[in-house]
Amino acid sequence: MSAPLWGLMAELADADALLAAAQRAGAAGWRRAEAYSPFPVEGVAEALGFARNRVPLLALLGGVAGGVGGYFMQWYSAVVSYPLNIGGRPLHSWPSFIPATFELTVLGAALAAVFGMLALNGLPRLRHPVFDVPEFDTATRNRFFLCLRADDPKFDDDAARRFLEALRPLAILEVPA
Amino acid sequence: MAEVLRGRWGYASITDKIADIVLTRPVHWVWALVFGAAASGALFFFGAMGYLFVRGIGIWGVDIPVAWGYAIGNFVWWIGIGHAGTFISAFLLLLRQKWRNSINRFAEAMTLFAAGIAGVWPILHLGRPWFFYWLTPYPNVMELWPQWRSPLVWDIFAISTYLIVSLLFWYVGLVPDLATLRDRAHTRAKQVVYGLLALGWRGEARHWARFETAYLLLAGLAAPLVISVHSVVSLDFAVGNTPGWHSTLFPPYFVAGALFSGFAMVLTLAIPMRHFFGLQDFITARHLDHAAKIMLATGLIVAYGYFMEIFTAFYSGDEYEIYMTLNRMAGPYAPVYWLLMACNVIAPQLLWFRRVRRTVWLLFVLSIVINVGMWSERFMIVVTSLHRDFLPSSWGMFYPTGWDWSMLAGSIGLFTMLFLLFVRFLPAISIFEMREIAREERE
Amino acid sequence: MPPVSRALWRSVDEPAAGSDGHGPHDAHPLEFSPSRRDFMRLAAASLALAGAGCSPPAEEITPYVKSDGEPVPGVPRYFATAMSLGGAAIGVLARSDMGRPTKIEGNPTHPSSLGATDVWAQAAVLELWDPRRSQTVRRGALPMSREAFFSALGARLERLRARGGEGLRVLTRYVDSPTLEAQLRAVLERFPAARRHVWEPLHRDNSVEGARLAFGRVLEPVYRFDRADVVVALDADFLREGPGRVRYARDFAARRRADGRAGAMSRVYAIESRPTLAGAMADHRVALPVAGIERWLAQLDGQLRGAESDDPRVRAAAADLAASAGRALIVAGESLPPGAHALVHALNDALGAPGQTLQYIAPVAAAESCTASLRELTGDMHAGRVDTLLVLGGNPVYDAPADLAFGDALARVPFSAHLALRRDETSAAATWHVPATHFLEHWSDARAHDGTASVVQPLIAPLYGGTSPHALLAAVAGEPDADGHRRVRRTWTLRQAQGEREFENFWRDSLREGVVRGSAAAPVSARPRGVPYSPPAGPAGWSVRFVEDASVRDGEFAANAWLQELPRPDSKLTWDNAALLAPGSAAVLGVRTGDLVEIEAGAARVRAPVWVLPGQAEGAIAIALGYGRGTGVDAYPLRASGSPWEVRDAHVRRSDGRHAFATTQEHARMEGRDPVRRAAIADFEAGDFDLGKEQPEESLYPEWRYEGYRWGMAIDLGACIGCNACTIACQAENNIPTVGKDQVARGREMHWIRVDRYYEGDAAAPRTLFQPVPCMQCENAPCEEVCPVGATVHDSEGVNVQVYNRCVGTRFCSNNCPYKVRRFNFLQFADRESESLKAMRNPEVTVRMRGVMEKCNYCLQRITRARIETEREGRRIADGEVVTACQAACPAEAIVFGDLNDPKSRVIAAKRSPLEYALLGELNTRPRTTYLARLFNPNPDIEEG
Repeated sequence: MSAPLWGLMAELADADALLAAAQRAGAAGWRRAEAYSPFPVEGVAEALGFARNRVPLLALLGGVAGGVGGYFMQWYSAVVSYPLNIGGRPLHSWPSFIPATFELTVLGAALAAVFGMLALNGLPRLRHPVFDVPEFDTATRNRFFLCLRADDPKFDDDAARRFLEALRPLAILEVPA
Repeated sequence: MAEVLRGRWGYASITDKIADIVLTRPVHWVWALVFGAAASGALFFFGAMGYLFVRGIGIWGVDIPVAWGYAIGNFVWWIGIGHAGTFISAFLLLLRQKWRNSINRFAEAMTLFAAGIAGVWPILHLGRPWFFYWLTPYPNVMELWPQWRSPLVWDIFAISTYLIVSLLFWYVGLVPDLATLRDRAHTRAKQVVYGLLALGWRGEARHWARFETAYLLLAGLAAPLVISVHSVVSLDFAVGNTPGWHSTLFPPYFVAGALFSGFAMVLTLAIPMRHFFGLQDFITARHLDHAAKIMLATGLIVAYGYFMEIFTAFYSGDEYEIYMTLNRMAGPYAPVYWLLMACNVIAPQLLWFRRVRRTVWLLFVLSIVINVGMWSERFMIVVTSLHRDFLPSSWGMFYPTGWDWSMLAGSIGLFTMLFLLFVRFLPAISIFEMREIAREERE
Repeated sequence: MPPVSRALWRSVDEPAAGSDGHGPHDAHPLEFSPSRRDFMRLAAASLALAGAGCSPPAEEITPYVKSDGEPVPGVPRYFATAMSLGGAAIGVLARSDMGRPTKIEGNPTHPSSLGATDVWAQAAVLELWDPRRSQTVRRGALPMSREAFFSALGARLERLRARGGEGLRVLTRYVDSPTLEAQLRAVLERFPAARRHVWEPLHRDNSVEGARLAFGRVLEPVYRFDRADVVVALDADFLREGPGRVRYARDFAARRRADGRAGAMSRVYAIESRPTLAGAMADHRVALPVAGIERWLAQLDGQLRGAESDDPRVRAAAADLAASAGRALIVAGESLPPGAHALVHALNDALGAPGQTLQYIAPVAAAESCTASLRELTGDMHAGRVDTLLVLGGNPVYDAPADLAFGDALARVPFSAHLALRRDETSAAATWHVPATHFLEHWSDARAHDGTASVVQPLIAPLYGGTSPHALLAAVAGEPDADGHRRVRRTWTLRQAQGEREFENFWRDSLREGVVRGSAAAPVSARPRGVPYSPPAGPAGWSVRFVEDASVRDGEFAANAWLQELPRPDSKLTWDNAALLAPGSAAVLGVRTGDLVEIEAGAARVRAPVWVLPGQAEGAIAIALGYGRGTGVDAYPLRASGSPWEVRDAHVRRSDGRHAFATTQEHARMEGRDPVRRAAIADFEAGDFDLGKEQPEESLYPEWRYEGYRWGMAIDLGACIGCNACTIACQAENNIPTVGKDQVARGREMHWIRVDRYYEGDAAAPRTLFQPVPCMQCENAPCEEVCPVGATVHDSEGVNVQVYNRCVGTRFCSNNCPYKVRRFNFLQFADRESESLKAMRNPEVTVRMRGVMEKCNYCLQRITRARIETEREGRRIADGEVVTACQAACPAEAIVFGDLNDPKSRVIAAKRSPLEYALLGELNTRPRTTYLARLFNPNPDIEEG
């Protein structure tokens, strides 16, 4: 009981157990609880107080940037930078500028969505305390974990332990800091 | 109706089954044999490229008037094949088709490889390939820019966007499974490599939430992209004034053709794969049946395209269009026309019969037939349209050379090699999505 | 997979596109492919040019009038000189870029040219710079020094002197050079017992003998087609063969236009044994074997004398001729026997042609029968009576009549020397070979078809230290002064008896203008005497007709890649000749294009590939001379001294094997698309004719405005005779490479302006239509829209330019060009190694590299040069100041180029014609190059089948 903890973690058997645990943790006012599962389990994040998801906004911004930037580039190059008489067509042949504009819109949005998601998730992060828990390997296989973080103002070793025991987990694991 | 997941499978068994193909399963001699053949094909392909760059595209059969030949035909064919993957992942995800989960991963891989190889052809076919980057906007002292009215420039943007988005889509989907491999790997090397690729994924709930949003957004973005890519490719022809090219029908007709050939290739790959890796429980008869139905549907659209082309030619009363149509049917390249009619219109009708859709070997044969048929269609569109256009005085013929054939074969070798590597080093089926299915099956 | 087999893919109406040895491993098609096939594999020695270098001629040469003034670096100058061919000269202006002759133009002041040229004049620069020209004197195969030869010759002559020159013979081609003539006389004075002989493979013996029959002496007709309302051509291709062809084309075309510049349109009847340009231009054409033509002539004669022919065409022609006495002309071809020529002289006389539509002059070069002359020579050679033979040019071992066995005879001559540009068969057989000078390398003089003389001045010192025929004869005649320049001056000082100063002026003017003023032959008035004429009965077997080749002529130009790759006007064949068969005859023999037939005449047998040619006379096989060395079939073995133009009752049978031809136009029918619009003059004048012009639809886009110049072109299909001069002129001007037979067969020829040939009507008696097709310079250029890098764009004057540096070679532009006028460098076609070729090229035009597209750009370099000059003088470019290469070469003035913003320009005038139409106008490409519809003047009394 001497080593400082990053958090205390309960190993659960299936998704429903995790969902229930998460809801209880939320209700119990654990603000900094984290849940780990081998596949997305609906409701868990919300139960743990996950409110605003900014990924769609980022995607929108990326798309707009790509589209506007793309069209501007075409207009600028064809009309301002190097105007050329191409087969008698007008310099600003806007219908011909649409395809590239569309593609760049999609590209911008996609890049923003993916890298936004990673950034908001704080990934890549190769080193993380939970990885020090040997049993955690199964979090990507068939086990579910609920972790109460030590930096939670509510966190108190015994209280946390009691709360977790009440979930009747397969095991309670200490996550060293 | 057969189910998506056959037999009793738990999270653990699914995980182990799929992951062990990559982590522990020893190399099978069949795999080694095919890989050897494919790899030598790929090697030849690269060698041929070298010779091509030294001598010039004159080593092919292209000429005036048929200035585009196999290179462009192969390009369209490959990019078409590269459509099924993203279609499956994107559309079917949006349509909540759960059955997709067991085939989307390798279908996406197929998409990437096919689209990548497709992207090589337009560069190879240039007279001066080392200047291919002139088609892209980049800062230069001459202040020169691409000519935005050219469909080839649209192509560059469409193909590269498609490649990047497909790659992101594929990789994002892989991250959780890479984490699985990281955690199950026994050797240090594998742990490090998969660990790095997994980006430190730990399956935290909030991460999952954002992950799913991003994944859904990608799907939403990829869906119109799938449509746009082959539409743009079709504009390479439709924008031109050549009889047989200049048609508003092309975009939808090309997209349908792309899915047609794409799903054919999915079956061509899935059937042997499930056989050799014992994945019959994950890729079930139902999957094959669905794929077959989509082939039937898209095949019918393609057939409709063929007939509309003939109809509009005569309806328009345009002498050039009418001659082009008759020339396809009875001209010097008529054999190609009838071959593709047999492969793309007649053969798929077998898929009306449930028995056929359930006979695996027959599906496999059909998928090959359709791939051949679609290649012939590309040939017909490119060559047969060009060889007799407006002025009879400039009519000519196109004769493929040995290099035309062997480079096509080489590209198929490269594709096969890449796919074989994929199934050995990455989970060919999405593990975390199969777990979700397993969970649903329980309830 | 689609089958690879060519056979399966061949469309029935298309000849085999070279199926021989087309691997991807094809040898690199250099600009001079023949050097890569084992063609005359002798001379190809390494380039002495590096050593020789190119330097101006020793003496001062005088530029043409328009190039007066001091030479300016970078500004080309033009020098008047003359090119002799077949015994008549065409005055030309040779372009000199810093001392290098790079292009030939016609000399406007020369009567045989009037500014135009033929294909051979255009190819002359390549003859000059050909790396495979002979460069060393040889004794047998042994390289020797020039001095060695002359000392050997000198020693020989010393011994001959003793016998008065007995056994000395000089064999020349037709001599149209006064100086050479004088020298030959001098030789005979020095060696009274010596003899001179003449041999011209494409000789005019029948004309010579015919004239002798009619007039008792040799006279030559000079035609005036511009004065002829009715022309009857009897197997005579006056537009392509014989002296005056270029001038005749000009005069003839002047009467085929609708612009009324030269009065009413002429009517032409062509009765011929093989397709000719004259026949293609004719309003009525009859294809018969020569014997049939003779009978036709006899019927015409009878009809004109009041008898009644059962052939409506004969009746109609006779009526036309009679009705337009004094404005009628009958032209007899070389294939007709002397008797027929005599009869034609009589008929022309009866029709009042002399003094009107033709003029008789004393012969320029063809003063005697060469066959007789050569027969005498070979006879003496066989008999061992010749011990020294000098052959000045020509190649008799190859082209002498087979029965004279010149080769064997030559073997019996102890000392023989052959003077030639290339080391050919005769050089190899003679004891000595001496490299000759090209006409751009030596001083000489030459006479035109009407006798007008020109001084031939060199533009460059001999590249390989060659010897001119004058220098050789000077040595024989023992002239003290070996200077070529002074020799020619001497000829003319003797002719013009006048003072020093006058002569200097005369000499300078003659050089500046390229003609000796007032030197045309005086017209001779002579009445022909009636000669009884009876045409032969029908031929027993096949008639085999030997024809002058449109490219290599008698074989003289067989090594010239430009000419070899120039499509033959009738068949559009390249790098080949063929046994031309009418469809019916082919059916009789059971052969199709590409099959082989064996032709047996007397002892000789020749296997030749068949080309089925609509318009060829049934029962007659036409085969071009001059081939059989690396490419094509040698027809000379069939040609005996008694039957120079036609073998009757030959045996022809199908033979095994196939031959792959290389043609530039595989499809000859218009498929009802009417690229060539036609109208009858009567309907045109009545104003009731429909060219089916599609009005371009309205455009959503605003018009582009061109403030300065707006270049455009009009091509008159009524005038175009299909001679291909434009194509080869463009090749010379724009550094266009040749690609070789294999690449042509693959559809990769590079010509920027091609002459399309279509057939109309049934294959037995079709009407041939020609259409030159350069880049149309569309206002709405489809090619530009699809180029991803902007490598083809409109310039400020609306020319559709190709930017080679920017081109990456997507070839989308070519696919999108409905006219398919763009050409692509599929491989490195341009020869970038050979030094002499570098010297030959137009310095104002880029030499293209592999992988880039190219096409006609209205000779942009010429426009630019004119702009620079006029801007310096602060004025606009005047109409006619920019002349494109094709326009300049065109003998028929069918091409007009100019500024569409200049309302008074000739091009605007041409485009105002109601006959003007745009090719594929319905596509709304709005071409700047448009056409004037082809006009015909058919005889209403003849209903065309």
